[in-house]
Amino acid sequence: MKIHEYQGKEILRQYGVATPRGLACFSVDEAVAAAQQLGGELWLVKAQIHAGGRGKGGGVKLARSLDEVGQRASEILGMTLVTHQTTPEGKQVKRLLIEEGIDIKTELYVGVVVDRASQRVVMMASSEGGTEIEEVAARTPEKIHKLTIDPVAGLRDAEADQLVSKLDVPQAAMAKAREFLIGLYNAFWETDSSLAEINPLVVTGDDQVIALDAKLNFDDNALFRHAELNELRDLDEEDPAEIEASKYGLSYISLDGDIGCLVNGAGLAMATMDIIKLYGSEPANFLDVGGGATTEQVTAGFKIMLHNPGVKAILVNIFGGIMRCDVIAEGLVAAAKEINLTVPLIVRLEGTNVEIGRDILANSGVAITAATTMADAAEKAVAATRN
Amino acid sequence: MSILIDKYTRVVTQGITGKTGAFHTRNCLEYALGKETFVAGVTPGKGGQSVEGIPVFNTVVEAKRQTGANVAVVYVPPPFAAAAIDESVEADMDVVICITEGVPVKDMILTRSKMRQKKTVLVGPNCPGVITPDEIKIGIMPGYIHKKGSIGVVSRSGTLTYEVVHQLTTLGLGQSTCVGIGGDPVNGLKHVDVVRMFNDDPQTEGVVMCGEIGGSDEEECAQWIKQHMTKPVVGFIAGVTAPPGKRMGHAGAIISGGKGTAAEKIAALEDADVKVTKNPAEIGSLMKSVLA
Repeated sequence: MKIHEYQGKEILRQYGVATPRGLACFSVDEAVAAAQQLGGELWLVKAQIHAGGRGKGGGVKLARSLDEVGQRASEILGMTLVTHQTTPEGKQVKRLLIEEGIDIKTELYVGVVVDRASQRVVMMASSEGGTEIEEVAARTPEKIHKLTIDPVAGLRDAEADQLVSKLDVPQAAMAKAREFLIGLYNAFWETDSSLAEINPLVVTGDDQVIALDAKLNFDDNALFRHAELNELRDLDEEDPAEIEASKYGLSYISLDGDIGCLVNGAGLAMATMDIIKLYGSEPANFLDVGGGATTEQVTAGFKIMLHNPGVKAILVNIFGGIMRCDVIAEGLVAAAKEINLTVPLIVRLEGTNVEIGRDILANSGVAITAATTMADAAEKAVAATRN
Repeated sequence: MSILIDKYTRVVTQGITGKTGAFHTRNCLEYALGKETFVAGVTPGKGGQSVEGIPVFNTVVEAKRQTGANVAVVYVPPPFAAAAIDESVEADMDVVICITEGVPVKDMILTRSKMRQKKTVLVGPNCPGVITPDEIKIGIMPGYIHKKGSIGVVSRSGTLTYEVVHQLTTLGLGQSTCVGIGGDPVNGLKHVDVVRMFNDDPQTEGVVMCGEIGGSDEEECAQWIKQHMTKPVVGFIAGVTAPPGKRMGHAGAIISGGKGTAAEKIAALEDADVKVTKNPAEIGSLMKSVLA
């Protein structure tokens, strides 16, 4: 799960990580009032969307007067931000963060991730903050310093000090930098984060160490034990189709092609998308109905797929294991009848009781094109979109 | 011969009194030598009961002492699954197979850390399990699609594994052992570990490995194959069409920071002389042509 920058900063402050003072706002008036409350002569007006690259996209602006805060806020609120992390259509800005301006001496980078290879949490830090860190990693990997953290001991003072010593941090700020890293690690660990990224982490003119930006992602599998995080979810930032799908235990992701596919199992679903492309078309979505594939789930899946106007055909690929093909076939027929399918439906069933399942489909009175193998199904689906 | 499990294996089911645990234990009992090999169940507080004629114990240690169980399978719900694995590791089981989907990554980091000095081998979590055809099935896969033979199968996903096994069996190619290693970012056996076991197994003559986007396990496996593998390997990587930054169902199936793409994995495997197909419908036939 993703959250906004201002929410991430609130969490970080609870773990002793310093951030600029700031207030979240939903209107221009609120933005001006927030700037007034914060005081000072320089403010940042920051678009709050769940994607990086906001600065480059024009979603982060400086303001030197309250009038200017209002002006910038009215420009950014409601604008559609397109960044390298959004879809080409972009995201509409509905929230702002107004922050005090900071006197920046140095910009650094620090990220915390779960490293699959070592099966531990790894902290990565670099003096090349504020830039495209992925490019730094690709071009000059030696400029990224990594620290693997023991899950039982946590991040030790000496380890944090060693990492700080490799960074461009002035002597006077080193103790603060250590506290910052330890606080960041603790926040990551205690909230079951999957990613924590501070870019840039800045050292100020008076040697404070501050998170100028903050990105926190959480492990969906652990949300059951973090009721406080569930409240931070912003449904405006999520694809409505994906939210609808999750209500039925379906895993759905919209794509750009014209063949909707409904499959049981994530690996087989990806393989089905791939074979559609191999036969000359593009998948309209990823949709995993899980092991069960009940009538209710299949009906919901059909409706969600058909909501996408680009869908010209639907390919169902189910490998019935524990769930028998005859049960799945009955579910498919019931779902197709209920929603009155308007695009060609190609069904490939395999597994337990497959013959009975195929008979049910053939005698259903619903126009279903039966396929035997994945290749057969892909070929028929692609052909159906070209008629 | 086979790898990990065979007819001499004795299984304890953790979470046997739960709906999922009881259901799949019944299916496993009905497969091949299931009635001899599934000897115990564990649910804390329910010791003394029985499920499908199998005695239930309060702890794994007790189950092991009473029945000689050496392999554990875990169906315990996600919040408690890692603790269940820990219990079997503490009891020095040879293998723990965790079927449970949705285990928090942090729990697995701690569990894997505790396992460092232990002998127990972990398969999963979030996996279909392990089967040695005609001998023993531990997990949720449909048994009847399998056939005894000489092809080793290792895969990160469930139904895609069934698809591959079905293709192999239809072409007359039986399997030595099929291992679902699961789709989570922090797990037990990885592709390289299983491929190495197949290389050492006299019954196995060829290996099918199915990978997917995310992580670098397939690349590490390719590295090992290039230097050590003596048997033919056929590969498939799911997710050629998957867009970056989107998690494809499995917690581990995500292209992040430009890493973990299907193209990179396919290139690494081809460099190691693995025969890779981009057509998931042709995995079985490619294996057959490689063996011919």
